[in-house]
Amino acid sequence: MSDVSPWVILIASIFTSNILLTNFLGMCSFLACSRQVGTAIGLGTAVIFVMVCTTAINWCIYTHVLLPLGIEHLWFIVAIAVIAAFVQFVEMFVERFSPRLYHALGIFLPLITVNCAILGASLLMITRHYNFLQSTAFGFGGGLGWMLAIVLIAGLRQKMTYSDVPKPFKGVAIVMIITGIMAMIFMGFAGMAKI
Amino acid sequence: MANSSPQIGGCGSGICCGKGKETFKAGVWVTNPIAIQILGICSALAVTTTLMNSLVMSIALTFVCVGSNLFVSLLRDVTPRRVRMIAEVAIIATFVIVFDLLLKAFYFEMSEQLGPYVGLIITNCIVMGRAEAFALQNPPVVSMLDGFANGLGYTIVLCAVGFFRELLGAGQLFGYTIMETTSKGGWYPQNVVMILAPGAFITLGFLIALYNALSGANDSEGETTP
Repeated sequence: MSDVSPWVILIASIFTSNILLTNFLGMCSFLACSRQVGTAIGLGTAVIFVMVCTTAINWCIYTHVLLPLGIEHLWFIVAIAVIAAFVQFVEMFVERFSPRLYHALGIFLPLITVNCAILGASLLMITRHYNFLQSTAFGFGGGLGWMLAIVLIAGLRQKMTYSDVPKPFKGVAIVMIITGIMAMIFMGFAGMAKI
Repeated sequence: MANSSPQIGGCGSGICCGKGKETFKAGVWVTNPIAIQILGICSALAVTTTLMNSLVMSIALTFVCVGSNLFVSLLRDVTPRRVRMIAEVAIIATFVIVFDLLLKAFYFEMSEQLGPYVGLIITNCIVMGRAEAFALQNPPVVSMLDGFANGLGYTIVLCAVGFFRELLGAGQLFGYTIMETTSKGGWYPQNVVMILAPGAFITLGFLIALYNALSGANDSEGETTP
C-alpha cells in the first residue's frame, strides 16, 4: 500500500476514488454551495489550497510529534485544531495582503473548517499509511477531485432551474439523485489507477 | 433553519422547562436533521452499506450529541462568546475520542469497518449545529433531550438507508440472508450498485423525497430553488 507512486495517488484521488463521490466527504458544503458555478469554483479553490497545506502539516505533526510521544489517541483533536488554526491564519493573511482575494474567498474560508473533506483527507492518509509525498499528492488530488465534482454538479443545477422537477423531489432530493448518477459515471474510471 | 430550536427562555414547569415534548418532536420529525436540515449527510451515506454499521454509527452520534450538548450547556455561562466555537469543538472531539477508544477496545472489527467516519463525527454538522443552536441557550437536561432527539432522528434516517441498501444490494439484513442471491443459487439477482457509492446517493435522494411527500415540506413554499 505504501509504495504507490504519488502520481498514481494524485490521479486516483481525482477520478477513481473521488473524495466526494466515493468517500462522501464534504457533502454539507457541497449541497449548500453548488447552486452557482462561480461559487463552486471559489469554494473549490479554497478547498484545494487548505487541503494540500493541512495534509502536509498534519502529516508532519502526526509522524514527528504524536508518534514519538505515543499519544496517537489525541490525533482527532490535534488534527481538527490544526485545521481550525490554519484556516484562521490563512483568513487573516489573505485579508491583510490581498483584499481582492479575500473578497473572493473570504466567505468560504470559515466554512472550510467544518468541511469534513479536509478532516477526512487528514484521517484517511493516516489510515492508509502514506508517506509525506503521497499525503501531499493525496491532499492535492482530493481537493481537485472535490472541486471537479462540485463544479460539474453546479453546472447541472443551473440548467435544472428550467426543468420541471416533481414536487417532492425539488431541492436536495433531486441533487442527491443526480449526484448518484454522477458517481456512477465516475465508476467508469475504475481500474484506471488503484490506491 | 432559524426556527429549528423552540423559543428561547420562558421556562415552564418541570425538569425540561415544559418544552420537553416539542423539543423531542422537533428533533425526531419536524426538523429532522438529515431530511429537513440536510446536516451530517457524509456519514449517512458512507456507513450505510449494512444495517449493523448504520446502527453503530447512529449510537456513536447519539452518544456524542447527548454528551456534548450536556457539557456545552453546563459551561454556557462561563464560556466567553469569542472562543465558544473552539470550546465546542474540543468538547465534541473529546466525546468522539472516548467512543472511538471504546469501539477499538470492544468491537475492533466494527471499528475497522467504520474507518475514519467515527473521527469525522467531529465535523458532523448535526453535533456542532445542536451545540450552537440549542445547548448554548438552554439548561442541561433539556439540552440532553435535544441531543437525544436529534440523534434519534438521525438514527431513523440512517437505518432506513441502511435497510434498503443491505436488503437490495446483498439480500441480507444484519448479515442474515433474507433473499437468496443468484450468485449463491437463489432467485434474487443482486443489485450491486446499491452497496456501491451511487446507491447511497440515490437511496437517500428517494428517502428525502418520500419524507417531503409525507410531511408536505415542499408544498407550502411553492417554488423552492432546485
